[in-house]
Amino acid sequence: MHTPRVGLLDRLRQLRGSPPDDDLVGRTQALVVRGNEFGYDEFGLSKDSLKIAVRLATWLYRHYFRATAFGIEHIPATGRVLFVSNHSGQLPFDGLVIGAATFLEPAQPRLVRSMVEYFVPSVPFASYLFARWGQITGTPENCRRLLSAEEAVLVFPEGARGISKPFSKRYQLAEFGKGFMRLALEMGAPIVPVAVIGAEEQAPAINVAPLARLLRTPSFPIVPYPPFVPLVPLPVKYRVYFGEPMTFTGDADDDDDVLDEQVKVVKNRIQSMIHVGLREREHVFW
Amino acid sequence: MGDRLRKVVITGISGRLGRIVARRLHHDLDYQIVGLDRRPMPGRPKDIEHHLVDLRSKKARDVFRAGDVDALVHLGVMHDPRARPAELYSWNITGTTKLLEYCQAYRVPKVVLLSSANVYGPRPDNPQFLTEEAPLLAAQRFPQMRDLVEIDHLVSTFLWRAAGVETVILRPVHIVGPVHNAPSNYLRIERPPVLLGFDPMVQLIHVQDVAEAIVSALAPARRGIYNIVGPGEVPLSTVLQELQREPVAIPHPFAKPLLSLAFRLGFSSFPVAELDFIRYVCMVDGRRATAELGFRPQHGLRETIHAVDELV
Repeated sequence: MHTPRVGLLDRLRQLRGSPPDDDLVGRTQALVVRGNEFGYDEFGLSKDSLKIAVRLATWLYRHYFRATAFGIEHIPATGRVLFVSNHSGQLPFDGLVIGAATFLEPAQPRLVRSMVEYFVPSVPFASYLFARWGQITGTPENCRRLLSAEEAVLVFPEGARGISKPFSKRYQLAEFGKGFMRLALEMGAPIVPVAVIGAEEQAPAINVAPLARLLRTPSFPIVPYPPFVPLVPLPVKYRVYFGEPMTFTGDADDDDDVLDEQVKVVKNRIQSMIHVGLREREHVFW
Repeated sequence: MGDRLRKVVITGISGRLGRIVARRLHHDLDYQIVGLDRRPMPGRPKDIEHHLVDLRSKKARDVFRAGDVDALVHLGVMHDPRARPAELYSWNITGTTKLLEYCQAYRVPKVVLLSSANVYGPRPDNPQFLTEEAPLLAAQRFPQMRDLVEIDHLVSTFLWRAAGVETVILRPVHIVGPVHNAPSNYLRIERPPVLLGFDPMVQLIHVQDVAEAIVSALAPARRGIYNIVGPGEVPLSTVLQELQREPVAIPHPFAKPLLSLAFRLGFSSFPVAELDFIRYVCMVDGRRATAELGFRPQHGLRETIHAVDELV
């Protein structure tokens, strides 16, 4: 009658093996931060405030999402670079996982600065915590300034269209904005395509369009488990693929049609990386 | 110019900022200083000429009529939050319009306006650093800033219209030091209110550095619009910590009603809309002034922050 039960947690623990011991202090020290005498860079990032963020992100990366990164060799150790990724999962944990990967995986940790939505600075706490942790309001000027300071910037060209897409559209890329390509051309920055597998299943949502219209939000996602709004992601397994850096040449002020071709090259690249990732994946949760 | 001194008219010379600018120019010995102000200027050096006039009056014109004025430094922008808005508006807009008229009529070759980086307005979607080309949106959420924005526009129009006049508009970040302006007054409060969950990056500049910027704008052949930036950017909380203040965090939905009550009862001199300055970023890019005016702040970050306590 009495059989020892192997709990889900135990199974997960066995599956993930023992995650590497990360030298978080050493890695944080190794980050290149252009701080002033108070330790802040011009966007409000400081290594001191990063300590908590790094610990939290590492825990999520290693233990909660048990993320695996592929193509780490494609993360440039120095110099300007635009990471361009698919965006999904209702909550921007994909950004966090990419950031944790570039921080934890390569020999030289890299801090990516993602471009966040314009409304974030008006949200209490997020307004300054995002800034302390290196995330920036997504204006082209900000991106230009960071690239010219040889920093790494993360862009989600799908934007809100991507993150709030319903479960039925998972792993289908939404329309790409063209801003990232103009910036890459103008600043001469290589593009590292990134495909994130797993985020789509962290909050399988449907969009209640009438409620979204009523509340005047871009979408109103609900998930089939309490609390029914996507606040806590499911502990899916994340796989992050970094592709070979791509360089483009051309005029940053060309018509949209001209840029479209180049944007499509990046989009197709990410889409095929997603296909490879999906094929390699055995299960959503492990 | 030979050995004749350059005659500089300074409006608003009697204020603390005006005195600091006058002292700085006086120190150079190259300038003959003429003050225009409604307020007297006690204790001024004998060689500083002072005219107790309203900028809108005929007497102000007389100062320019002789045609020997070499430069106008316009600091006399009034932003007393307690004054009647109509009176402020008339003083600021009419006064500035008249001054520009005199400068053109009597061939004043140089006009320097001290505007402010606040004209861009604190907004959630601001880029971290606004350039001189950014639209002046402060008045949208902040009617009290209307005058300053309009003066800036008036003088920018003059800059392009009056080709014979070298017009310079300086837009410095929050000026701190022994002066009575909103940022310095705010930073002198022992327990200043802050907004819970907001801690924007701010830029401060020492008032002496602003005086230096005015001196560099007065140099011949300089013309244009320049953001004037101090020694760097820090979070507001760091400034308050450095000054050993004990901020009181108020959730922002309550802050507006509370502050407007305090303002009406006379406990506070800060108009409600100024709350946005401790909520959102309004920082500027000062690279043009560095490149073209050769302007570099001489006071460091710490020194600049502590300058607010220089007022005794």
